[in-house]
Amino acid sequence: MSTETTPAVTQKKESLFSKKNKKLLSDPLNDSNPITVQVLGICSALAITVQLQQAVIMSLSVLFVMIGGNVIISLMRNMVPDRIRIIVQLVVVASLVIIVDEVLQAFQPDISEKLSVFVGLIITNCIIMGRLEAFALANKPGPSFLDAIGNGMGYAWILLVVSIVREVFGSGAISLPGMGQVKFLPTSWFISEGGLYENNNLMILPPMALITVGIIIWIQRSRNQALIEEN
Amino acid sequence: MEYFNIFVKGIFIENMIFAYFLGMCSYLAVSKTVKTANGLGLAVIFVLGITVPINYLLENYVLKEGALAWLSPDYANVDLGFLSFIMFIAVIASMVQLVEMIVEKFAPALYGALGIFLPLIAVNCSILGGALFMQDRQYPSIGEATVFGLGSGVGWWIAIVAIAAIREKIRYSHVPAPLRGLGITFIITGLMGIAFMSFMGIEI
Repeated sequence: MSTETTPAVTQKKESLFSKKNKKLLSDPLNDSNPITVQVLGICSALAITVQLQQAVIMSLSVLFVMIGGNVIISLMRNMVPDRIRIIVQLVVVASLVIIVDEVLQAFQPDISEKLSVFVGLIITNCIIMGRLEAFALANKPGPSFLDAIGNGMGYAWILLVVSIVREVFGSGAISLPGMGQVKFLPTSWFISEGGLYENNNLMILPPMALITVGIIIWIQRSRNQALIEEN
Repeated sequence: MEYFNIFVKGIFIENMIFAYFLGMCSYLAVSKTVKTANGLGLAVIFVLGITVPINYLLENYVLKEGALAWLSPDYANVDLGFLSFIMFIAVIASMVQLVEMIVEKFAPALYGALGIFLPLIAVNCSILGGALFMQDRQYPSIGEATVFGLGSGVGWWIAIVAIAAIREKIRYSHVPAPLRGLGITFIITGLMGIAFMSFMGIEI
């Protein structure tokens, strides 16, 4: 697991949208993507990508927890003794996740049911702990906020791409929260109705999530040669 | 028989890695050599075997709706379920600390083997996942919960040792450059997952 620390922001007077801070936002989308490069937060990224709506809700939840956690830990960074920092981080993150879980159960009960334990597992999502350790503990709230947004978005786009691929090929549909599943192929095309098309059920099964992410990594690294690893 | 069933199910059919992707971060990061993978795998079995029963007791005597009735009948309607995330993670983090200290004191050889991996485990999703699945599936007794924890741990251990062995070998083959390292590991894990799916539907 690479935990490269972004150099600490030390200058006092620096506008929130300086060049360095813009890099905090754009880097995690490609060069230091949390999933494909830093290898953080894989568990949830794979398990909930069967449908787009779950992926959207999950991305929003992680984004919320990341922003909250990064800003709170960054505000507390000078008060927390080094030895107990992990447990302090866990408590902060767990409280934020409880809020997310209660909100989901109240407003999106179906999706909350489908996500089941994976909402709780945001607590141990390494992407959150990883960014808290690597960034928020050493930086001021402003940059931490941007770093959280950047990494949250980097996580989200992989999730959305994987879930769109899996849902389109696996169920022949696209679903968004609040809209339900929209099937875009006419039913007469399917073999059961005398057509020629059949959904690829393999895409719904868990292993295909891994292979889809593997292929995304392949494409990304062949376009961005700097990321290629030694064997 | 019921125990054996839960154990085998935890290892093969509901494998933490291949069916639920739990603990993937450490699975990918620590699987470069078989030796370290083995150490981390054993530590996961150990910690899951301890934390799942403790969280089971916590769930059934403190958190569940009506669980506090043993204190006094007045508390029969109290439902502390919303606290379960924070309680579970607190139990796991403190148990890992405690286990680390105990092992260091009484079994230095084991500490040498597991030592550096124990702190990593507090944030391994498979441990919290084990506790949450235990809560979800409502096992009838603590024995079954323990066996579930051990079975899941063994399944995780098998998965990480297998991928580490494959990664040691694949170093000598010609993998396309952009796939090297992470990419090929993902794809191999996917293929192993498909293989493990053949265990699905087995009833013992």
